[in-house]
Amino acid sequence: MMSQESTTPLNTQDRGGPAQPILVVNNLKKYFPVRSGLFAREGKFVHAVDNVSFSVAKGKTLGIVGESGCGKSTTAKLIARLINPDSGKMVFDGDGVAEYGGIALKEFRKNLQMVFQDSFASLNPRLTIEQTTAYGPTVHGVSRAQAFAQARSLLQRVGLAPEQFATRYPHELSGGQRQRVNIARALAYQPRLVILDEAVAALDKSVQAQVLNLLQELKSERQLTYLFISHDLHVVHYMSDEVMVMYLGQVVEKGPVERIFSHAAHPYTRALLSAIPSMDPAKRTLKPPLEGDPPNPINPPAGCRFQDRCPLVKDICRSVSPMLAPVGVVYDHTVACHLNLEPPPHE
Amino acid sequence: MSNALLQVKDLHVQFNGQRKAQALSGLNFEVAAGEVLTLLGESGSGKSVTLRTLLRLHPEKNTLIKGEIIFDGQDILSLNPKAINQYRGRKVSMIFQEPGLAFDPVYTIGQQLTEVLRAHEQLDASAAQIRALDMLERVQIPQARKRFNAYPHELSGGMRQRAMIALALVCKPQLLLADEPTTALDASVQIQILLLLRELQKETGMSVIFVTHDIGAAVEVSDRIAVMYAGRIVEIGKAVDIVSKPLHPYTQGLLASTVRHENRGSPLVTITGSPPNLAHLPKGCSFAPRCLRAQVNCLSEQPELASTDSTSFACWYPNS
Repeated sequence: MMSQESTTPLNTQDRGGPAQPILVVNNLKKYFPVRSGLFAREGKFVHAVDNVSFSVAKGKTLGIVGESGCGKSTTAKLIARLINPDSGKMVFDGDGVAEYGGIALKEFRKNLQMVFQDSFASLNPRLTIEQTTAYGPTVHGVSRAQAFAQARSLLQRVGLAPEQFATRYPHELSGGQRQRVNIARALAYQPRLVILDEAVAALDKSVQAQVLNLLQELKSERQLTYLFISHDLHVVHYMSDEVMVMYLGQVVEKGPVERIFSHAAHPYTRALLSAIPSMDPAKRTLKPPLEGDPPNPINPPAGCRFQDRCPLVKDICRSVSPMLAPVGVVYDHTVACHLNLEPPPHE
Repeated sequence: MSNALLQVKDLHVQFNGQRKAQALSGLNFEVAAGEVLTLLGESGSGKSVTLRTLLRLHPEKNTLIKGEIIFDGQDILSLNPKAINQYRGRKVSMIFQEPGLAFDPVYTIGQQLTEVLRAHEQLDASAAQIRALDMLERVQIPQARKRFNAYPHELSGGMRQRAMIALALVCKPQLLLADEPTTALDASVQIQILLLLRELQKETGMSVIFVTHDIGAAVEVSDRIAVMYAGRIVEIGKAVDIVSKPLHPYTQGLLASTVRHENRGSPLVTITGSPPNLAHLPKGCSFAPRCLRAQVNCLSEQPELASTDSTSFACWYPNS
């Protein structure tokens, strides 16, 4: 059994080659302390991200799915170092991030950009969208004229004609247009990895499709790698090459997208997939796939964190935490479940 | 139709606050007893405004309402304040998107349920408590007796939405207005709430107007679907017809741009542009600026809802 702790030794000579994953994350961990009152006892922690390890291949999209509170967004913020992890290591294209002999944090951040869900809150209301897009590169040492020229061409690329939009302020744009500005701004640094944290969740369906198309075009144009975080399984299926399912701060299943969507091995993944409403009135859902709400991530129970909602729970699930292990012979499909050996349905 | 529980005729709603907005422009629809109608549309299409207008929740000072709302033979827009209080909650009640904001945080769930009951029915405290507890059990809240004395913040999101449904249904209304009741919930909880609503609707025989932007959720619960765009219904018909053979270009675009499994690997079909500004609605068909089939007359003449065998639609150049 491959344990979650084991890491592939990285050959730094291979740096830059196509086989080298662009980002390797090892045992990332973040606990937030809970303060509940003046006389509260200490020692309560929200286990937001608990031993999460994964890697993203160059030019691919890794989709991260899960319900609210499962640690998707915290994982994204930890990777971008918007918050500092309690422990864990990251390797960016062969270089350790922010460690001796590795890549400096400032350099790393140039290579990594993020697009958030709330398009309005993530733009400075006092800057025109041209200024916003050019701001970052000037901070990183690009001349003003060059940064503005680049900003205008980026705005053009994301579908906002500069002569019409460049001097507008964020409040003068619609949600879809603002999200295009956020994408243009992220691309201004020539990043190699873009984290899209629920980037299309707040958009209307017809606008969402436009933005998804734009993201796909930009990805192939600029050889980008995406970390695509979403709770919408349709969108994740459309965008991703690989999918990682999280539950209460842990990775419960990981694998190629088609494999996960057709042969999910974790009971939670299967439940999530069957919770998608069908578009056919003749095939309405008859029974909810899961009972109850996602439990509280404060001091979660010993053993498998899914135990209280799992329809197949066994004694061992209540005492021993399952480790990620390959499903059968498919080496790139891993699952953290004691019932791993049972064959997945709809083979 | 004479057996309609609710008739909305040529309803116009205009907000005249700091900014003007024509939220509804000529809305016509009916809801039969025991029917589930979904209003489907994007933000700004007027779906939530419709529900709020049905309960007259908009401040009268800066809202201009024209048209007719007939509920069970009564003209709602002419009711006096006392009658409207009897109508709200007793005959028609509403559940909101964010149950955390709809409850009063300083009273327990039980106090709020019994308050509604005693305001509308001649009940003493203990009888009201029995009815309230029974209602909590019917919305499948585990340990109902314990939750009865809980404050709203002590319940999880899904549990609060169940309590909200209990609060709306405790006086056995004839019509339930559900304003995006599952949008704020996780997928696994969303389907639980949708199934619960469907079950309660069958059990009580009430009518439901369900508002959502999610076609999947609409298909799960509704008998008929009305697609809204810029304050008008552009297409209305049986759920199966709307999903399988839509005729209006907006409905077709909305369905085509919904991400499905088959789309993987190819670009999505999109509707170009964005919804119109409600302060300056275009003349003629409001969808015309985004429509690929638009002709000259679409820009000047407003199409009316015309019915066919399957759906009714408002378009000059429908396409089957």
